[in-house]
Amino acid sequence: MTRHRTAPLLAVLREPGLMARLSLTQWDLLVRQARTAGLLGRLHALALGAGVAAQLPAAPAAHLAAAHRMAAAQADEARREVALVWQALHGLAVPVVLLKGAAYLMTGLPPADGRSFTDIDILVPKTALVEAESALLFHGWLTTHHNAYDQRYYREWMHELPPMLHRQRGTVLDLHHGILPETSRLRPSAEKLIAAARPLGSEPLLQVLAPADMVLHSMVHLLHNEEMGRGLRDLSDLDLLLRHFAGTPGFWDQLVARAAELGLERVLYYGLNEGQALLHTPVPPGTLQAVALHAPPPPLRRLMHELWQHALGPQHASATDAFTPLALGAVVLRAHWLRMPAGLLFRHMLVKGWRRLTEKGQQSPEAAAPQV
Amino acid sequence: MELHQLDPAIARQRLAAGLRLRSGPFVVALRSDIPALSQQVLQQYAHHTVVDDDGFCDFHVHVTPPANLRRWWRPQARFLLDGDEPFTPLPLHHAFPMLEWGLNWCISTQAHQYVILHAAVLERGGRTVVMPAPSGSGKSTLCAALAHRGWRLLSDELALLGLNDGLLWPLTRPISLKNRSIGLIRDFAPDALIGTPVPDTIKGAVAHCAPPAAAVRAAQTPARPGWVVLPRYTPDAPALLSPLPKAQAVMELIDACFNYSIHRHQGFAALGRLVDSSDCHRFEYSQLDEAMAIFDRLAGTDADADAGADAEVAVEAEAEANEKTRAPPARAAGNAAP
Repeated sequence: MTRHRTAPLLAVLREPGLMARLSLTQWDLLVRQARTAGLLGRLHALALGAGVAAQLPAAPAAHLAAAHRMAAAQADEARREVALVWQALHGLAVPVVLLKGAAYLMTGLPPADGRSFTDIDILVPKTALVEAESALLFHGWLTTHHNAYDQRYYREWMHELPPMLHRQRGTVLDLHHGILPETSRLRPSAEKLIAAARPLGSEPLLQVLAPADMVLHSMVHLLHNEEMGRGLRDLSDLDLLLRHFAGTPGFWDQLVARAAELGLERVLYYGLNEGQALLHTPVPPGTLQAVALHAPPPPLRRLMHELWQHALGPQHASATDAFTPLALGAVVLRAHWLRMPAGLLFRHMLVKGWRRLTEKGQQSPEAAAPQV
Repeated sequence: MELHQLDPAIARQRLAAGLRLRSGPFVVALRSDIPALSQQVLQQYAHHTVVDDDGFCDFHVHVTPPANLRRWWRPQARFLLDGDEPFTPLPLHHAFPMLEWGLNWCISTQAHQYVILHAAVLERGGRTVVMPAPSGSGKSTLCAALAHRGWRLLSDELALLGLNDGLLWPLTRPISLKNRSIGLIRDFAPDALIGTPVPDTIKGAVAHCAPPAAAVRAAQTPARPGWVVLPRYTPDAPALLSPLPKAQAVMELIDACFNYSIHRHQGFAALGRLVDSSDCHRFEYSQLDEAMAIFDRLAGTDADADAGADAEVAVEAEAEANEKTRAPPARAAGNAAP
């Protein structure tokens, strides 16, 4: 039994209406957990959705509303950025598929409300990658990660180019040609994803993934990520997507069939089960039975479940235990293991480890704080 | 209960576990086991209200030595907001300035229920003067001097402008003095409570001046706009108040705004209303006494003036007529700032 099973953050993500009945002491912990998870803005959206926003105590509600306000400003920027990306790429006459946050935002899906944005992710056919990169360079995006190793890492082994930075706006764009690395054990076909993608609006080639594919990509992102700091935020994205699409006739069957087609059955098994365990994501029993066929053998199943529950739960100190850091390390290692063959992974770890020892990140407080 | 009413030993114990203080609209839980920092907190936050441990707290901050060699060897301090560490560690003896910078960071990056400006705010007769200014403009020096000459301190660093009410909300925390202004304020306001200077920060020597008790006690009372003043310290210059066109004033405020990109048109409207309801000036000065005299006249509380409102109108009229208002000769020698 982990400590976070009783975390107020999980309780209100499962049942947002609870926010109307929390004590100030519970709010204290909730705001701390939500801030660490990057979910303050989402709580505001959920409170609005549950019709309880006006009943919240003023002090904590101010934090939720402030984060939501910041997310709304970022969303407006992201909308403008999508228009500019499309302006740069529409001449190529190839599909440009928005992924993750940008897709939720442009299609008005529930996870977009209150979600913070750091970059825009797009997917183009691999055959159009070089042209797309040149068009973006021409329109002011610059390539980053200039050293030879990083360039090789992205261009030969990964499923995306190094992040591109716009030289005037400072915005970041990730240009993908797949949803998992070239070197990965799992290779869901990007061609199939693009073939099933749907137009966003009046522009037939500006697209988003089909609902089942969007959910599967969200799961791949959640479970194969090399960075697990925002696991609960991503799990909550998935939970909201599933709750939203659950009402579409035939959705669950399509999801199971599509996972089989793309070779993502195990991913679907974990995604549905862990979402259900942590956030009570409603999944029909038939679907759970269907995906259970792809569960790992029992001892591994129990181990993986414990790892996911720790790694995807709230990461605030009030909700973690001694096993949490170990679980996080294990799932990150697993993600790496599945992304690359052993020899390549060993080499990559050496390069990254050396860099961590020799480079510095972060800012000094004088530079970050107001001028004093 | 105010912090100074708590037994110092108990206050230190509570600080080691997380002492909750009300600071303007926020409750902050300060946690630190660094003795030098505790001493500064007890001095600089003496008149802040201690809040019970149950209930809601806006920010849980922790200043602590790292759990590695740097606890002993060239010791350092870290600033943590709920386990998140936004900054690189600093030398241990920078712990108090680091706490102040860290709290500014918490508020300016998160409290978007306000339009937040990098500006000093003081109040007299129910109206505030908002002074946005870059580093080195003598803003904090002027702010500390005014805070000890009849103006109520609302904030030295962060102006909190209510989005809907258009009021300025107090955040009455220590005033950060740099380099020469430390000695200057000591001489100018002998009653000011100034902490031990930290000599070698990136800004040079920094010492904090405790907010006056009455200002801290009034920190739940907002005030309406009155003046926007852009101060600039110029060596040897006579104190000079000159009109600042409103369009320029609003641009200066936008420049000083931390969260303008979040508030956008609403922020523009709020800053526009602030400027509309304020008299806007540039202010150049080198002598604090001269500066005080000019500010007294602004507020209409100059001993020579007939009545408050008239004096204010007189300053305005004079300013418009001459484009420049000269200060009366300094009443006392010395006190060059900063």
